[in-house]
Formats: sequence, C-alpha cells, structure tokens
Amino acid sequence: MLDIKKIRGDFPILNREVNGKPLVYLDNAATSQTPKQVIDAIVDYYENYNANIHRGVHALSQEATDKYEQARIKIQKHFNAAKSHEIIFTSGTTHGINLVASGFTSLLKAGDEIVVSAMEHHSNIVPWQMLCERTGAVLKVIPMNDEGELVMQQYDQLLSDRTQLVFCNHVSNALGTVNPIAEIIEKAHKLGAAVLVDGAQAAPHIKADVQALDVDFYTVSAHKMCGPTGVGMLYGKEEWLNKLPPYQGGGEMIAEVTFEKTTYADLPHKFEAGTPNICGGIAFGAALAYMNAISFDQIAEYEHDLLEYATQELLKVEGLRIYGTAKKKTSVISFNIEGVHPYDIGTILDKLGIAVRTGHHCAQPIMDFYGIPGTVRASFSFYNTKDEVDVLVEGVKRARNMLL
Amino acid sequence: MGIKEIQEEIVDEFSMFDDWMQRYEYMIELGKSLPLIDEKYKTDDNIIKGCQSKVWVHAELDGDRLVFTADSDAIITKGIIAILIRAFSNQKPQDIIDADTDFIDEIGLKEHLSPTRANGLVSMIKQLKLYAVAYQTQLN
Repeated sequence: MLDIKKIRGDFPILNREVNGKPLVYLDNAATSQTPKQVIDAIVDYYENYNANIHRGVHALSQEATDKYEQARIKIQKHFNAAKSHEIIFTSGTTHGINLVASGFTSLLKAGDEIVVSAMEHHSNIVPWQMLCERTGAVLKVIPMNDEGELVMQQYDQLLSDRTQLVFCNHVSNALGTVNPIAEIIEKAHKLGAAVLVDGAQAAPHIKADVQALDVDFYTVSAHKMCGPTGVGMLYGKEEWLNKLPPYQGGGEMIAEVTFEKTTYADLPHKFEAGTPNICGGIAFGAALAYMNAISFDQIAEYEHDLLEYATQELLKVEGLRIYGTAKKKTSVISFNIEGVHPYDIGTILDKLGIAVRTGHHCAQPIMDFYGIPGTVRASFSFYNTKDEVDVLVEGVKRARNMLL
Repeated sequence: MGIKEIQEEIVDEFSMFDDWMQRYEYMIELGKSLPLIDEKYKTDDNIIKGCQSKVWVHAELDGDRLVFTADSDAIITKGIIAILIRAFSNQKPQDIIDADTDFIDEIGLKEHLSPTRANGLVSMIKQLKLYAVAYQTQLN
C-alpha cells in the first residue's frame, strides 16, 4: 500500500491554491510534478558542484562528471539496457525520435516502407514524414478501432520485405491505450525491420525492460516521470547506434578534428554534441531513484484503482462519453460531454482549481477518427487521490450545468 | 450610444459580480444570446486564427455603420465575442478604428483567460479593426 499522505508531502506544489481553490492537478500526461528529492538534487548541483563535464581537470568538473555518468547508469539499470553507452541523453522524447529519423536518412532508399500507428503523437509522425520526403520512403499506418486499440491483423498485412522501420508509442497520450509493443517488435524483427518505441507516456507507469522487449530504440522524457523539463533519454541497441551517423556536430562528440577530416567519439558521446543539460541529467537520475523507491508495481496497482474509480464516477455524468476504452490502459481519461466544447469545460474546471488538458493533444489523426475537435483529458499520477477524482466529477457536473 | 459609453456600461456590469465564476456565468449567458451568424458566412475565409476554438466573424455595412455578426463552437468564446460585438458593432468604421480597448483590462478579462484564449481575444479585436479599416477605405 502506498502511503499517499507521505508521498503528497514530497510535492510542495500540491499545497498551493489556484483561483482560491486547492489545486487538483490532473494534467500529469503533459508534465508530472516534481518531488522535493529531485528539487534538492537540482539545488545541490548549482550550490555545490556546477561545472562543465568530461574535459575539466579540476575537482568540480570531476564531481559533476561522476554524478552525470552515475545518472546514466541509473537510467541504464532502470530500463535494463545491456550497456550504459546505449543510453543517450537527449532534451526529451522528440529529440530522441528526431535523432533516429535523421540517422536513417542515409540508410533508406525510395520505395522502402515505414509503418507507424494511427494513434501517434505528432512528434512521432512528423519526423517520419520528413524522413519520407528526404528518402522517398513510404509511410503506412496501422489503423485503430472504436475502442482505441490497434487493429493488429492489419499490421500483419502492412508488413513486408520492404518494411525497414516500425514506430509506435508504448502508451497513447490522448487515449491511454497500452499498445502490444512486444508483438509489434517480434513481428517487425521477423522481416528484418527496426522498431522505435515512443515510451514518453508509458515511462511514468510501466517499467520497460528494453532487453526483454528486444526493442531497437526506446525514448522517454524525464519531465513526465517526476524529473525536470528539457532532458530525456534515447536507448538504442549498440549495433544500431554504431550504424547511425552523428545527429549534430560540435564539441564532446569528436575524437580528433582537423580541417581535412574529423573522427567521431565513441558511444554515447557521438550523439551528445555540445554541453549537455548536466543538472537535468542528474535530476533525471534522482527522479528514477525516487519512483523506484516507491516501486513501479505499487504505482501501477494504485493508479489502476484510481482509473477504475474515475471511469465509473465520470460515466455517471449525463451525456459524458469516454474516448479510449481499451482493455489495457494507463490512468488517462479523455472525454467529452454531448453538446459542450471541451475548451469550455477546461476553462470552468480551471476556475475551480482543477488542471486538465483540452484540445487535440497533438494527436489530430485520433480526433479526426472520432470526428471531434478535441477532448478533455484528465490524467492521474500516483500522488492523486479518490477525493480529487470526486472534486473533478463535481466540477464536470457543475460545468455541464453552466454550459448547457 | 457611442463606443466609449457602451464600454463603460460593460465595465459597470462586470463590477457588480463578486467572483469570476459569476462573471463566467454571465459570459455564458451572453454567448447563448448572441444573434447567430448566417450559416453561409461560416466559411474558412471568415475564421479567425489564433483561437483553440473556431470563431467566425462577418462584417457588412448598414448605411454608414458597420455591423458584425459572429459565432463560435465554444460557448465561453461566444460570450467574449458577444461583449466585443456589443462594444463595436453598429458603429462608424472610423470610430471603431479610433476606439481604445482599455475596457478589456478594466473588466479583467484578459488576465482571467487562459493564454490561448487571451491570444484569441487579441486576434478578434485585431480582426474587427481590420474590417473597419477595409470598410472605411470603401466609404472614402
């Protein structure tokens, strides 16, 4: 059992008021809040050992380098990567996807096929479209059904010996669907295609084991899992990372530079040009340590209860429809009320101190599929409570009465 | 009534409410009572960009006065448009061009809107003024 009272005490922001009401923060799929253990790590860095890393001869630089590399190892262990140099620090999931998409430019030719799921975030659609424009490769889409689940029979038919790459999110940000990535990976590998999984929405809820999944690339953002913004990681299998050319040129990523020829550094530095987000990387490590101390099994169990309760209570509101009713979901509920614009509901909820997201959630193809302008999305974290669900449900009822 | 007088009237009305929930309720009522735009004017050309919800505005001259009609798919947005239309519609184009928009700050509307909605509000005012400029040129 989670000690929610103690956990909530770790998050200073949860004590604040918004519009004179206690904050009810239900926008965790956009960004999660930061516990004081992580804030302390950030303060500690700037107060005690702020320095540039890897090349300094002085003590502070050495300390910062050690802490940064320790964070890399924490991330490696968390995702069970075989080697620490398979973990590339990035600015976030979008950066990780773009790094891989850019790297494949020289590996693809016209007529090659790329398979992507219908429920991707724009950041896992647009870089591949740009890659297709550069190479002449063709984008194929795995469709979804009304419940918001991928139609896997169609996936089988889309795969062929022309398929070079498959991209899919582990969890849909707009619907909360947990996708069958193990099956997607296994089937792609049979045809020799590489698979990138966008783990941004899964990482706060599910501890992915990249070796067990046999995934080629897995990428996440720290700020969705109690870490700071502007930092994330890309896991890539060593053989793939060695095959891809560097993404950006600069300091840190070189072995030797002359005007005639530059040789590149070994992994992971080959992909880490420039001074990285040192503090962010260290704080990412602290965030993983914090969540692992609570335990992902306990988090998953608690959030599942919260999801079931919120689903059951929200469905009691007249005219409310939930989008995304997959059998396997994380704690995300996307909904609309008949006759009401989602933006209006979000505005009234904000006045009541309740933070939700409204709009298309950077997943316009999903909204087009349902023929709606957007949804209201409430996304729960392990620090949310059933009492907060009750406040949400009351707020939604009040908004409905005002708006209809 | 001139634009200035109408704006003062709106500021007075908003000052009567105790909290922002009541002001929102009032805006929603205004939104519901906004005279509907003719469906034929709800075209892509008449959509104002910069709003998360869709907003259509149509302008036409009635003698020397410019008349605005508008609609939105979101009711609070409709309420905001209703306030703007009350302040600016059925006025001479030159008066619309010259009018200041301080009343928006006086009723505290902008600071109580989300950033996307506040941007939308700015776009709406800009669009109304652009229409006025276009029709003033026509009148000249």
